[in-house]
Amino acid sequence: MLPDTSEREVVGADDGQARAIAQSRAARRRRLAGINVVRVLLVVAVLGSWELAATHWIDPFYYSKPSAIWGRLVDWFTTGTSQGSIWTQIAVTLEEALIGFALGSVGGVVLGIVLGRSRFLSDVCAPFIKAANAIPRIILASLFVIWFGLGMSSKVATAFVLVFFAVFFNAFQGAREVDRNLVNNARILGASRMQVLTTIVVPSATSWILASLHSAFGFAIIGAVVGEYSGADKGLGLLINHAQGTFDSAGIYAGMIIITVIALLAEWLLTLLERRLLRWRPPASSLEAQI
Amino acid sequence: MPTQATPDGPAIELRGATKRFRSSSGGVHTAIRDLDLTVKSGEFVAVVGPTGCGKSTTLSLVSGLEPASEGQALVHGRPVVGIPEGVGYMFQNDAVLPWRSVLDNVATGPRYRGLTKRAAREKARDWVERVGLGGFESYYPHQLSGGMRKRVALAQTLVGEPSILLMDEPFSALDVQTRSLMQDELLRLWSGTGTARGAAVVFVTHDLEEAVVLGDRVVVMTAGPATVKASFDVPLERPRDAEEIRLTPEFLDIYREVWESLRGEVQITRERGAGNAA
Repeated sequence: MLPDTSEREVVGADDGQARAIAQSRAARRRRLAGINVVRVLLVVAVLGSWELAATHWIDPFYYSKPSAIWGRLVDWFTTGTSQGSIWTQIAVTLEEALIGFALGSVGGVVLGIVLGRSRFLSDVCAPFIKAANAIPRIILASLFVIWFGLGMSSKVATAFVLVFFAVFFNAFQGAREVDRNLVNNARILGASRMQVLTTIVVPSATSWILASLHSAFGFAIIGAVVGEYSGADKGLGLLINHAQGTFDSAGIYAGMIIITVIALLAEWLLTLLERRLLRWRPPASSLEAQI
Repeated sequence: MPTQATPDGPAIELRGATKRFRSSSGGVHTAIRDLDLTVKSGEFVAVVGPTGCGKSTTLSLVSGLEPASEGQALVHGRPVVGIPEGVGYMFQNDAVLPWRSVLDNVATGPRYRGLTKRAAREKARDWVERVGLGGFESYYPHQLSGGMRKRVALAQTLVGEPSILLMDEPFSALDVQTRSLMQDELLRLWSGTGTARGAAVVFVTHDLEEAVVLGDRVVVMTAGPATVKASFDVPLERPRDAEEIRLTPEFLDIYREVWESLRGEVQITRERGAGNAA
């Protein structure tokens, strides 16, 4: 009798657990579905009321409307833009942003770590860096057009400047906040100065640096577009500038949407990279709490 | 294993060592003053003293992480300049690298010393087994418990086969049961067939019980600035069982004797603390 009951109890407990898991999973699915439905409704409501307002009350010449913007996008991708194929424009802007991003982040990381580890150098450079950071860097784009001409290099320079400072400050902070304990331990274990740098300082600063790279790529695209905007012969910035010149508000929105999509794709790629590099980190507790 | 310059001489010697730090307010803080300490090779010395009295500073002078302001620190008869050969140091806080697996953490020292990755890992694998972490080689530190992380740190230190082992309250953050388990483990590795055999140990702790369980000798420090107040030989036989030995009358006798000496210093520190709080 007795073993029978206890066994049934155990089975019952397992059943209960399985049911609880299934229930919590279903609840989670329902919640996610609900969130997505509301999101779609929100987008439809905003776009719908805009379309309606632009058709009946406000002047679509100034404010454009979703259907016109969509038409412009389709037009660009099928027949091309006033400046030639849309893919050429995207490729040019992307190339400028990527080169500026690569140079800027390498420069920012190297200089940030060097200054972060050298008390003397950082004390010497502190006021200059503060001043350089206070310069409204967008204005440099005009200067770079004069220096480097209308070609690609002036846009790369603008993107570089924007990226460099964003990355530099994070790398600097990351290199400064390395756990003294870890450095001492490495020294006791026989590490040279260089080995302390490569095996302790750089990995410690990695999470800081990666965090800055997310916003830095956005800055790279802004740099490239603003550079094109202030003078160029190709690129998305030029396209937007041209749309402004011809009072083509749909064109400005269309350019904006393309840039947004590119930035989101880049963000997604960087997140993948971050996950790969920071595998050793404990998973965020919020993820566990949601289950 | 590093050759010892004077095989019969002391492993560690501090002569009139004083260490001052500049405090943030511009004043000078003396952590230890005129401290003399000699540790024979193969001797296990436990250092007790009130909290914050400068016990850790003593270790940093021996390890070469900090130079002495006055006096001398000698390791194997040679003055300490930089980090001496054959010194292992286990810190109070975890110093394991969070971005490396257990195996690669233990292989860190050998890699620094120029071994190839394969050779370093082979050596590390052996030590991971010895500290009882076999099967956890590929885990990251955040996946381990506090006690297991201490085992990683222990293996990381012992893989270098140190002839001098400095330990700064390594087990103070552990719960009571894990702590005595780790004490047993340390004694086993120190006195057992391992290569750590014969290492001179300086084990800093504020826990008198731990000091008596582990040490051949217990050194009592004064309230800061620290200097040696008294030294007691612990007449307990080895091998010792960390859990059982606490219950023997011999243990209680020596414990009481050392406590008589330590009590005054703890009292002074407490009164100072109360003064600061007021």
